[in-house]
Order: sequence, then C-alpha cells, then structure tokens
Amino acid sequence: MAAKKSAISIRALSKKYGKLCAVDKISLEIPEGEVFALLGPNGAGKTTTLSMLCGLLEPSAGSASVAGFDVEKQALAVRQSIGVVFQQPSVDDLLSGKENLEMHALLYGVPADGRKERIEYMLKLVGLSERQNSNVKEYSGGMRRRLEIARGLMHHPKVLFLDEPTVGLDPQTRSHIWKYIHEMPKREGTTIVFTTHYLEEAEQFADRVAIIDHGKVLAVGKPSDLVAQLGGDTVVLGTADQKTLMKMMKRMKFAKNVRLENGKVCASISDLHQNLPKLLRTAKSVNSIEIRPATLNEVFIKYTGANIREDSAEGGFWERMMSRNK
Amino acid sequence: MSNMSYFESVYAIWMREIKVFFREKERVVSAIITPLMWIFAFGGGLGASVAISGVNYQQFIFPGILSMAVLFGSIFYGMYIIWDRKLDFLKAVLVAPVPRSAVFLGKMLGGMSDVLVQVTGLLVIGLVFSFVPSVAMALLAICAAMLVAMCMVSLGLVIGANMKSPEGFNLVMSFVMWPMFLSSGALFPLRNLPWYLDIIVNLNPLSYGVDLFQFCLLGTTQRGILLDVLVLIGFSAVFIAVGTKAFEKMQV
Repeated sequence: MAAKKSAISIRALSKKYGKLCAVDKISLEIPEGEVFALLGPNGAGKTTTLSMLCGLLEPSAGSASVAGFDVEKQALAVRQSIGVVFQQPSVDDLLSGKENLEMHALLYGVPADGRKERIEYMLKLVGLSERQNSNVKEYSGGMRRRLEIARGLMHHPKVLFLDEPTVGLDPQTRSHIWKYIHEMPKREGTTIVFTTHYLEEAEQFADRVAIIDHGKVLAVGKPSDLVAQLGGDTVVLGTADQKTLMKMMKRMKFAKNVRLENGKVCASISDLHQNLPKLLRTAKSVNSIEIRPATLNEVFIKYTGANIREDSAEGGFWERMMSRNK
Repeated sequence: MSNMSYFESVYAIWMREIKVFFREKERVVSAIITPLMWIFAFGGGLGASVAISGVNYQQFIFPGILSMAVLFGSIFYGMYIIWDRKLDFLKAVLVAPVPRSAVFLGKMLGGMSDVLVQVTGLLVIGLVFSFVPSVAMALLAICAAMLVAMCMVSLGLVIGANMKSPEGFNLVMSFVMWPMFLSSGALFPLRNLPWYLDIIVNLNPLSYGVDLFQFCLLGTTQRGILLDVLVLIGFSAVFIAVGTKAFEKMQV
C-alpha cells in the first residue's frame, strides 16, 4: 500500500456555512486504483466533501489534491483528470443518450479522431446502444444512471467520483449499476470514490471505507478490519438489574465494549457460539436476548451511536419527484 | 487549453441550447404567441382610434413588440439557469475542464439563436400582414436583432447567474422586465415626456434597441443609429464582463 502513489490526498479540509461546520478538518489518503467509500447518513458532509474535491465548492480551510493537482490552484487540471456522477440526474432530458455523450466528449476534449468510436464503445458498455437515439426523458432511472456513468468514464479519468450512485433505484437495478461501476474502472485502472448510505454497498464494493458523521471522519479502514475491530457479534440482554450484570460482564475477557443501550445491556462477544452459553450460565437474571451479527452496521452504531437507517428517510431525487407527483 | 478545444466547448454548449429550444415546443409557441397578442389585440384595439406620425398604430408598435420579444425571450432564457441548477445539469457542465468564459459564451450564443428564431418568425408574420414593408427591411431588422439580443441575453445571464432560486422570478418581472419594456418607447413615441421618464428612457438600453428597430422598419430614428449601436455595444460589453465574472464565481 505504501508503495502506491496517492490519487487523492486531503489535509484538514473544512467547509463552513456561517457557524455550521459541514466538513470539519477531514484528512484522508486514497491510493491509486483503490475503490473508496465515504459512508454516512444524509447531511454528514459527504457531498460537500466531494464538491470540494471536484472544484465546485471552495474549501473554507485546509487543502486537497486530486491526481497530483491542487483543487484550488489547479482546478482546470483537476477537472481534466476526473469524472463525476452526481446524486441528482445531470444528463439532459431533451437530448438523446448519444447527444449527451457527444456534448460531453466536446467539453472534455476527447480527440475528434476516435471520438465516435469511444462514444459507441461507452454506450455498448453500459448497455444503451439500442436506446442511444431516444431522448433521455424516456429513460428509466437505472438507464439514466448508466448513461451518467458512461459519461463520467468516457474521457479516461484518473479518478471517478460517484455521489450516491444507486440512491432511489430498485435492488435489481442497483446490483446492475454496481456491476458497471466495479468492473469498468478496474479495467482502466481508475480510482473510484463513492458516497453512500447503504452499508452493504460499502461493505461489498469498497476496498476501504471512511465513516463520516457531522463532518468528521470517525473511522477509516477495510470493511473487514473495521468489523473485526468490534471484537465479535453484539449481544443485547434485557435484565431488571443492569448494574450487576454490567459489572459482571466487564470482568469477562470475551466481552468488549459493555454498555447500556435503551435500558438494555449491550456488548460485543467474541466466539459467540462458545461464549454465549458461558455468559448465560453466569448471568442468571436475563429475561430477554437479542443477537446482532458483526457487520458494518454495528461498526457504524459504535462510532455514531445511531443506526444509519434511522435518519436516512430522505430519498433520492427520483423518490422525491415521484412523491411530489402523487 | 488550445483554441480549438475552447471553441469546441462553446459549440457544444451552443448546440445543446438550440436543441433544447426546438424540442421544448411550449417555449417556441409561447415565445411567438405573446407578441402576436400585443400586435393584434392591443395594437389592433388602440390602433382603431390612434395613429402615430402618419403610420397606423400597429405598424408603429411592431418594432417595439420585436424589442419586447427580444427582451422577454432573453431574460427568461437567462433565468433558465436556475432550473439547470435545480437539477445537477449545470454542475455537470461546470465540472468539465472548460473555462467558464466558454460556458458563458456558449450560453450567450445559444440564447441569441433562440431569440433570433423568434424574431424571424415575427418578421415573417409581419410581412404577411404588411406591418413590415419589405423583405430587405426585415433582413436589416434581423441584423439589428443580433445586437439587441446580444445585449439582452447577456443581461439575462447576469440575472440568472446571480439568482439562487425561482422565487425571485416575479421580482425580476416587476422590477426589470416591465419597467424596461414600458420605458423603452415600444408603445409610444418618446416626445414631450415628463422629465423623470425622460431620464429613465435614456438610461434604458432597450430604448436604443427600439430606436434601432424603428429605423430598420419605419425608417425613422430619434437618436441616430450610430448612437444606438454604440450604446448597445457598450452595454453588451459591460454585461458580458459582469456575466463572465459571475460564471467564474458560480459555486454549487
């Protein structure tokens, strides 16, 4: 890992809106070729961070470089090296899929020689060849996303940013989209940074994850390492006498992170199948038991104190459009 | 960035605006219908009892209504940026490795083209109903329309770039568009005006556009076309400079 060059390095990057600190001194190093996830609830500062990295938003403090270029001082060079897929649809409704790509090929200076072939290749890659001449207005949500991904990758960017690439899509389309995101850049050696509030996406597709909340990075690492750090599956015990139970559990070697959660005693237990019977033999007053397997969700709860799903009610753009039309 | 790719970027944005304009049929239709109502309903009604400087009233206001079409078309066009901004379309353009001046230029040319299409449509109708005396005069008016449109579209883009939400739309209507239209001499000759109106008329760039159109279509001018052209170029230069700056500063 250390031998690899950094595709992105972020140093104490901050963004303030008046008194509100949307991004609070974030520092990260992302090596070339990595698939990196920014995981956090809505409003955690993920999109703001991404906007600053793309040069769309001026940082209040700190600095960042993308593909070796400073995002403030060398904005044009940064923009030349990146592809971006935004959270809200950004392809033009009234243009066809092909016309959208043609326009962006011109904007990104894709050489005239081979431009047509590149557009055709990208359309084929995301499976839109047959619908290339229909207006995007007639595309489904998943097709739009695929078109945006094609657009983001068309000019061989060194870094691809994706902001909530699958929000508002049905599970089948989501796995489809991931197929494209995951396979294509690997082939071209692109570094990928995506934001998400779907834990399973981060767990499944990211080489490394940064957990972000309230503008701060709370933890960084491989999903499997982060989960391993929990020290086992989470056991939630209901009892009348919480103090005694907690005192007792804190003495047990296999129980880590013993705490109270909504009036119940909670701990991470290693080797659950062996240690749970031991625990229950010692603790006599338990009247309810719940087991939560060690997942990234548990990591998230550990660092933020909240379940990510609780405050993720705000859906994607399409969900909002749909509910408005009802 | 080479000159070649600079102009390719301008071309890409210009092309997009033209395609979008023609595909939004509602926009094309309403852009033509409103001026027609002014000419036939307002002009026809008032013209039944009023004639100005020897020409019938409808003929007199035709250049003014052309100016109105340019003004309203341009400012509305500029304010479409807000809608682009509501979606992430604008972001996708702003994140492209293109100088913002190219984005502004492409947008300006796009808006000018939209407006020129409307003006041409109106002139054809004007020829049919003989509000416009000859084809040569109509062609002259199209040349004038390019200059007026450049000025007004840049103004529209300045406004659009500085607006954050569509809520300001009505304010722009009340405080920019209607005052500019009503004090431009589009509907009445600029003679014997009260002193305060006189000042406003002289500060209003559209007055010079109206005068230029009147020269092209009626053969009369109150200020001289040299002054008209110079003032319009001057205002355009200022609006383009301010607009480019606004685009450069634009964040999302």
